[in-house]
Amino acid sequence: MIISAERKQSIERAVADPKLQLAVYSATARLKQKRVEAVSPAELPDYQQLRECAHQLKKHALENLDYYLEQFEANVLAHGGKVIFAQTGKQVGEFIATLAKQRGVSLLVKSKSMTTEEIHLNEALEREKLEAVETDLGEYILQLAHERPFHIVAPAVHKTRHDVADILSQKLGVQREEVPEHQAMIARRTLREKFLAAGIGISGANFLVADSGAVVLVENEGNARLCVSAPPIHVAVAGIEKIIPRAQDLPVFLKLLARSGTGQRLTVYTSFLSGPRRAAEVDGPSEFYVVLMNNGRTKLLADSSKRESLFCIRCGACLNACPVYRKIGGHNYPWAYSGPIGAIITPQYQGLSQDPWLPYASSLCGACAEVCPVKIDIPRILLELRHEVTREERRQGKNGLERFAFRAYSWVMRKPKLYAAAGRAAALGARLPGMLSLGPARLWASQRETPKPAAASFRQLWRQRQAGRLP
Amino acid sequence: MNGRDALLAEVRQALGRQKGQAPPPPPPPRIVIPELSLPQRLALFRSRLEELGGKVLEVPTLAAARQAVAELLDGPAVASNSLVLAKAGIPSLPRVVSGLRDAAALREACRNAAYGITSADFALAETGTLVLMASAQEDRLVSLLPPVHIAVVPVSRLLSGLDELYNRKAKPAEETSAMILITGPSRSADIEMILVRGVHGPRLVQVIFVDEDVE
Amino acid sequence: MYGRVSLFVTCLVDQLFPNVGLAVADVLERLGYQVEFRPQQTCCGQPAFNSGYREEAQAVAEHFIRVFRDADFIVVPSGSCTSMITHHFFELFPAGSDLREEVEYLAPRVWEFSKFLLEVAKVEDVGARFEGVVTYHDSCHALRELGIREGPRRLLAKVRGLTLREMSIAEECCGFGGTFSIKFPEVSAGMARTKIESILKTGASTIVSIDSSCLMQLQGVIARMGVPLETKHLAEILASR
Repeated sequence: MIISAERKQSIERAVADPKLQLAVYSATARLKQKRVEAVSPAELPDYQQLRECAHQLKKHALENLDYYLEQFEANVLAHGGKVIFAQTGKQVGEFIATLAKQRGVSLLVKSKSMTTEEIHLNEALEREKLEAVETDLGEYILQLAHERPFHIVAPAVHKTRHDVADILSQKLGVQREEVPEHQAMIARRTLREKFLAAGIGISGANFLVADSGAVVLVENEGNARLCVSAPPIHVAVAGIEKIIPRAQDLPVFLKLLARSGTGQRLTVYTSFLSGPRRAAEVDGPSEFYVVLMNNGRTKLLADSSKRESLFCIRCGACLNACPVYRKIGGHNYPWAYSGPIGAIITPQYQGLSQDPWLPYASSLCGACAEVCPVKIDIPRILLELRHEVTREERRQGKNGLERFAFRAYSWVMRKPKLYAAAGRAAALGARLPGMLSLGPARLWASQRETPKPAAASFRQLWRQRQAGRLP
Repeated sequence: MNGRDALLAEVRQALGRQKGQAPPPPPPPRIVIPELSLPQRLALFRSRLEELGGKVLEVPTLAAARQAVAELLDGPAVASNSLVLAKAGIPSLPRVVSGLRDAAALREACRNAAYGITSADFALAETGTLVLMASAQEDRLVSLLPPVHIAVVPVSRLLSGLDELYNRKAKPAEETSAMILITGPSRSADIEMILVRGVHGPRLVQVIFVDEDVE
Repeated sequence: MYGRVSLFVTCLVDQLFPNVGLAVADVLERLGYQVEFRPQQTCCGQPAFNSGYREEAQAVAEHFIRVFRDADFIVVPSGSCTSMITHHFFELFPAGSDLREEVEYLAPRVWEFSKFLLEVAKVEDVGARFEGVVTYHDSCHALRELGIREGPRRLLAKVRGLTLREMSIAEECCGFGGTFSIKFPEVSAGMARTKIESILKTGASTIVSIDSSCLMQLQGVIARMGVPLETKHLAEILASR
């Protein structure tokens, strides 16, 4: 495994930053606890059946994805909407920019969407001289601060109210305000004008419902509702993996999503959106577009052993559960998706050579799999990716020292006598001054005391013990 | 080959499927509807919504509902075109604007209103949820823009929960462009996990259940 | 009267914590088992498997299978190594591979120590005495891959003189994670510190676990922090009188 010096230092900085550690640990601890309560047997007796059911539904939908994509498209068209198929994130940006220009739109409002974070949509629209405003409170703060989300569901979890006060007063020129409620009202006032002036509302999609041609959005603030209700045009951007077969499958997913993410029974708003405003309806957008984006998803789809990585419903529970995420924080993950799910999907989307350390940034404790509402076996996939990393390194002749060490390990472990002798030699060696300067021992000792080698191994003691028992 | 066909072809290739190949049957829908009597549903709805900072009133008649709304209002209000509200005579209350069929006028009225008054197609006991389907009667903004949302709902529309809703409305898209579930007031915990209500939507949701059917 | 059990002490216990292996043998013998140790044993292959070196792990796993193929009960003082054999050997030897049948035969014969006591020997009280306040650390693989949660606590509850005080985050990882501990030493030790801070709040003086690897990690950080805590494997507690 190879990690850049910059990344390593950045991780060390995060671990040594007490303010960050406190903010992230306490927020994730709270989310974790709320989830535990929300899925407890008293609260949700059929939780395990729901998880299994969600897993099977996602599995079925993805194994037959082309069928459901076509069904989804036909239903969107039937309700007067349009579907755009985009192979890359760049094509998504181009479509939206062109649409904006054709309609004479210069201001766009956006609700929180990991998919658009993934493709840096805001930057792409900015380059086209379009103003795209994030409207989720946390995302808005981060957009003002020019930062990316730290957490999938709590994007600004690393910011304190004092940080927020700085950002709002500096960027909006308003009076400094330290109380979160007042800060939220500043955002409400500022963004309300944007909602009402915007020509296009952009959303993501939590689910795409094939039998209805519907986009389902879940949220708590109401900003997504405003994005899809106030502007005359609604564009939903979704990864192709978001498909579920039927509207009747929603109860399963809705129950799991909010409870796993924030410990709520249901988020405040769940919008089931199928097409533009209909003739009799009073308001709503007159144009409705769904952009179905690939951007590497077919690569994951093709690998049946890791296909379940695409089951993710972005609840963020694995982040809260992950002791590594909680130490290193969201910004040390190189892509939009952080935590355990980020560690398994980033290398699959971007290739293993870019950040081969990601699958190794885990103690394999399994807390992520335990909380995953769709039962993605994240530790298993981490292990498979590690295997792929070593194969790739072997091919490229990289990381030879580690490979040699494991070859030697494997060889010695098949030779019991050699193993026993080597063990004793190492125990003796460990008493010699200077031994601790050797690679692994030095890394161990950089943070903790080294165990005292036993005076005799178990096998030696066992021989003595058994000999003592002879008549 | 256009973008659409190329993408679908790539998906098929990844899955080893043929164009037009029918999928095996999906797992059956999992719909489990609990048996809850009306008093149980009412008690559950109340406790769920109150937990979220919403409020619940129960009144016997539409006339009583009108009276209850009148007592709540102390500023300009917009009422949706719901038949329930009309039958209750809510549009004729002082300072209530209603009957708006033009989106721009509706938006302007909502912007200036202190109260938005709607009915609901359903309410869900297990989560304290209101279900609003966009139609000629219910628009999208009255329940969203004003800082307080008042919903007058015939109690016969109170279902047990999500499963019963999607059992009744297996295909919401056949009826509406938007089915919105509202579960308590707008909220955020984005700053230091501190709960703030009324971030973008209403800070208060007041539900008035009426024990009188409309139609 | 009970039959034979074969110890797989694990390479870590063999080289660094031999007393844990002896304690396991003592407890089992007191229960009437005939305990054997096969000196050809080495390691289960987990270090290589978890680092992505599957071929290397497979070779070590094959050695393990050859050593233990005819044993009736194989008792292991580690949840992690047990899970390597009972779960991950199936990944190393997928359906259709040469040794698959051997793995299927072997896996159900491999028992983590506390699980063996409760489910095979069917004892909770092994007659142990240990004066002190202890807290139990759930090791991740035992907890999440083998489902071991209540068992060790039940065994501890029957130890005379012992008081068990739960920490608030018993189920959070100690940060060891094999080579993770040296690939990300700061993160790994940070995880241990979080755990130790929670343990200090319980007032316990001894941390008990069923995995020596977790205890090695915790002990190393405890020593660096200079706090008054000691670590003991469950077998050491159960062997004491």
